[in-house]
Amino acid sequence: MQPAEPAPALHLEVERLAFEGRTLMEGLVLDLPAGRTTCLLGPSGIGKSTLLRLVAGLLPGAVRSASDGLPLEGRIAWMAQSDLLLPWLSVEDNLLLGYRLRGARGTELARARERARGLLARVGLAERARALPHQLSGGMRQRAALARTLVEDRPIVLMDEPFSALDAITRHRLQDLAAELLTDRTVLLVTHSPLEALRLGHEVRVLDGAPARLGPPLRPAGTPPRIADPALLAQEAQLLDALAGTSVPPLEAAA
Amino acid sequence: MSRLRPLLVALGLLAAWQAVCWASGAPPYILPDPLRVARALWGRADLILPHAVTTALEILSGLAIGTALGAASALLLAASRRAREWVLPVLVVSQALPVFALAPLLVLWLGYGLPSKVAMAVLIIYFPVTTAFFDGLRRTPEGWIELARVMDARPAAILWRIRVPAALPAFASGLRVAAAVAPIGAVVGEWVGSSSGLGYLMLHANARMQTDLLFASLFVLCLMALLLWHAVDRLLRRLVPWPSEPLHPA
Repeated sequence: MQPAEPAPALHLEVERLAFEGRTLMEGLVLDLPAGRTTCLLGPSGIGKSTLLRLVAGLLPGAVRSASDGLPLEGRIAWMAQSDLLLPWLSVEDNLLLGYRLRGARGTELARARERARGLLARVGLAERARALPHQLSGGMRQRAALARTLVEDRPIVLMDEPFSALDAITRHRLQDLAAELLTDRTVLLVTHSPLEALRLGHEVRVLDGAPARLGPPLRPAGTPPRIADPALLAQEAQLLDALAGTSVPPLEAAA
Repeated sequence: MSRLRPLLVALGLLAAWQAVCWASGAPPYILPDPLRVARALWGRADLILPHAVTTALEILSGLAIGTALGAASALLLAASRRAREWVLPVLVVSQALPVFALAPLLVLWLGYGLPSKVAMAVLIIYFPVTTAFFDGLRRTPEGWIELARVMDARPAAILWRIRVPAALPAFASGLRVAAAVAPIGAVVGEWVGSSSGLGYLMLHANARMQTDLLFASLFVLCLMALLLWHAVDRLLRRLVPWPSEPLHPA
């Protein structure tokens, strides 16, 4: 599904970010190539989610810029590990949350509703548009969250471990669906699964060390979503070794 | 069986009451038996009913005004840091004051009629409603607010479309408490000074040793309180049908 406007590349610089006296990041530069999916791996507690929040503008402390020179406001969509569906809104109204929050009405809202219905059909939830979130299974809720992220139709999409709470089969299906629907958008996907990163990423980056540093981009062959063939699985094993073998953060940092 | 349970409990209590009457041999003006109270209820219905209407009016107006004031205060506290800094300590300290002790003052200021009783009920209801709703407004799961911020929502939109609905389950529990204590406020107000109402009728009957009438009034009061609580509870269940906790804590 093509974005309404061409996705720009995104450049982010963190001069120094400290939390409770501990330096989390220093002199960190992250480049997200335009219209490509970048997957971010790293041990837990290293600051992957923090980095994603910096890109989203939810945390201060980073300088962000887009390659087209336009401001980033209104061009980012965000999907978290939990579905964040509002329990009092139907699935369809949850999809329209962004439009409602921005006070959309009339034709704009009608167009968004059309789009929401189309996306619900794509994620297989057309029948459940009127259901409340607690009436859905975990996999269905995460599909609804994916659809909500896409209804926003924003060129940059940030995803924070969006599939980690799901069972293996649901996760696999949703990864394929996400890869298909996120084509041509600039995506940053934070994950703790090397296989997920290798299947979905045009580029895979590893965040590691204290203060955290980004490793050089790894570019698996082929286009996502890749099939988990022996070559990919071998790469997964290498990545796992690298992640486990590198400086394991002290326990208090892992919290 | 579960449908019969309340009935069985009521019958058991009545039997115990009757047993105490028989065993103690207490005269009717000390402890009337259930049948005598039932006769008083039936025979003096024309007397009890108008007083019940007065008390019901006091309770309902107190509940409406107290809830509205409590909700407005909670919203103000949630929306403005300055209001939190200035008003919250006052609100907490004011709760050290026993509200019942204010009843004579309220009667002095507002007279023997309806307003002093409504004010009493409002005072009792206001705090649980305010704290419950404010607590709910403060505890919006952070993930929802972050999502809204990425969606470029203004603070007002976040308050009305996310924080307020998210706080409704907490508000509902405050409202249930309010519905349970509102009758207490009204009756205490009536005891201190009034010319009608079930509290007034009970004092009156007590002074004349008409203990059966006192019990009958008490029964009507209990019935009203129960009906009110159930009505509020059913209404809230319909208005807030979702689980009060997020499915995945964010």
